Amino acid sequence: MDNLNENQTTSPQSTDMMESKLQRRAFLQYAGAGAAVMALAAAGCKKDRSPEMSFGATLDFKDDFGVLNYAYALEQLEAAFYMKVASAPPSTFTQAQVNYFKDVQFHEIAHREFLKKVLGTASIGNLEVDFSSINFNDGPSVLAAARTFEDLGVAAYNGAGIRLKTDAYLIAAGQIVSVEARHAAWVRDQISNGSFADLSTLTAWGASVSGGLDASLSPDKVLNAASKYIKTKINVINL
Amino acid sequence: MNILSILDEIEKVDGEIYERISPRRKAMQDFYNIGKKISLAAMPLALSSLFNKAYGQTTPDTVNGVLNFALTLEYLEYHFYNHALVAAPGLIPAGAPTMAITTIRDHEKAHVDLLKTTLGSAARTPLEYANFDFTAGGTFGTVYSDYTTFLKVATAFEDTGVRAYKGQAPVLKQHPSIITALQIHSVEARHAAHIRQMLAANGAPSLKPWVSLGAGGVSNDTGIAAVDLVYARENTTVQATHEIAGINGTNVSPANAAESFDEFLTKAEVTTIANLFLKTGFKL
Repeated sequence: MDNLNENQTTSPQSTDMMESKLQRRAFLQYAGAGAAVMALAAAGCKKDRSPEMSFGATLDFKDDFGVLNYAYALEQLEAAFYMKVASAPPSTFTQAQVNYFKDVQFHEIAHREFLKKVLGTASIGNLEVDFSSINFNDGPSVLAAARTFEDLGVAAYNGAGIRLKTDAYLIAAGQIVSVEARHAAWVRDQISNGSFADLSTLTAWGASVSGGLDASLSPDKVLNAASKYIKTKINVINL
Repeated sequence: MNILSILDEIEKVDGEIYERISPRRKAMQDFYNIGKKISLAAMPLALSSLFNKAYGQTTPDTVNGVLNFALTLEYLEYHFYNHALVAAPGLIPAGAPTMAITTIRDHEKAHVDLLKTTLGSAARTPLEYANFDFTAGGTFGTVYSDYTTFLKVATAFEDTGVRAYKGQAPVLKQHPSIITALQIHSVEARHAAHIRQMLAANGAPSLKPWVSLGAGGVSNDTGIAAVDLVYARENTTVQATHEIAGINGTNVSPANAAESFDEFLTKAEVTTIANLFLKTGFKL
């Protein structure tokens, strides 16, 4: 399978994917050495181990709450991003685009708050985000980031569904992921009309053109791809 | 796509995956051997045949039932678009619209093929174009001569597809096929978002990519009364007993609350909708 991956054409995502593959390997080595905890920090696994840093958030995938907290983390990230965009949209955005970005903002806030309520005291709490890599004054930069967040969100929910054991949570996740996919399609069409479901650009994230299948990623890969936007250290256990 | 990580994932919910595969060690060996030659694009088919080997004899009837149900809907969508492209010249404008409908048609065909392969001998009888009545008994009499009517029916089909897969998810819970089902489900949602924008550009400017509240708060935001069934309960703002509008003191409006969650349809509801477009003798 490694051979197959190396034969893929380079896409904007593949750099991230190469990194995530390496980190997956590192994770497997850790796991082999008996370590139970993988730490994903904003700058990756290597640095930021200073003792004064808070322990961060722990996603424990032993049960549904771990999966829901994982979703909660991603929804916090998305909501924070869209709140920033909606509060000061790039000047090149049309009124229609601004209106829809505001809609998306409230959808992500709704998802975030819904998960917070469902989780109650099991919630991981608030994450600190890092959007320093995004130029919020530049339309294409904002659209590119939005596309990444939405496609990654779809891949995350698609990959996590099999972990859920409770019907109600499985249905709720299904109700949310299709809205994320609608966002992804709309954002992609803003970048290039007709690219709403261009699966060929998502093969590095598990999509398949011949199967007509969308992206699907395991939590460790999603968190690796998202790590540059999250300042809080996220510990993953029982994955 | 990494087969080993997929197997790892499955092992977490099915500790016996390797045991299931190992009695058929040759199947696994074959799989790795063709894996070296096969293109990445062909992986899902190879994977589904592997799962067939691992699970084929033990796949519960309920799972096959859901996959066959999904297959019926994919046949419906595929034939609907394919006929428009190959047998209704001039219906869909050249350029971006034809390209978009072609993309969607190709995905529906891929879904049909994938589900057929996954089901193997348990797959339902194939459905042909002639088995459908896309005018729904005359309700959409101009579906293949009027572009807007075509887009209206397409919108209803895509939003139905999204809602149908969602409703069946609990039956597939913790079964490997839910991975594929979810990957199809979100592609349908991408289609729905785009088709709704195509309809918005053709006489329905207020239609959003996401399903919103209809006029006066009704559940059907398309304004097409004939497809009310497709949008049943889409105006709900309560999820798992939690009111989403204004949740936790936020400014989430009732419209945004309705938009932020797509509702599911029951199997009976989807059957009623599908039967409107299936000829006598082929109804579910």
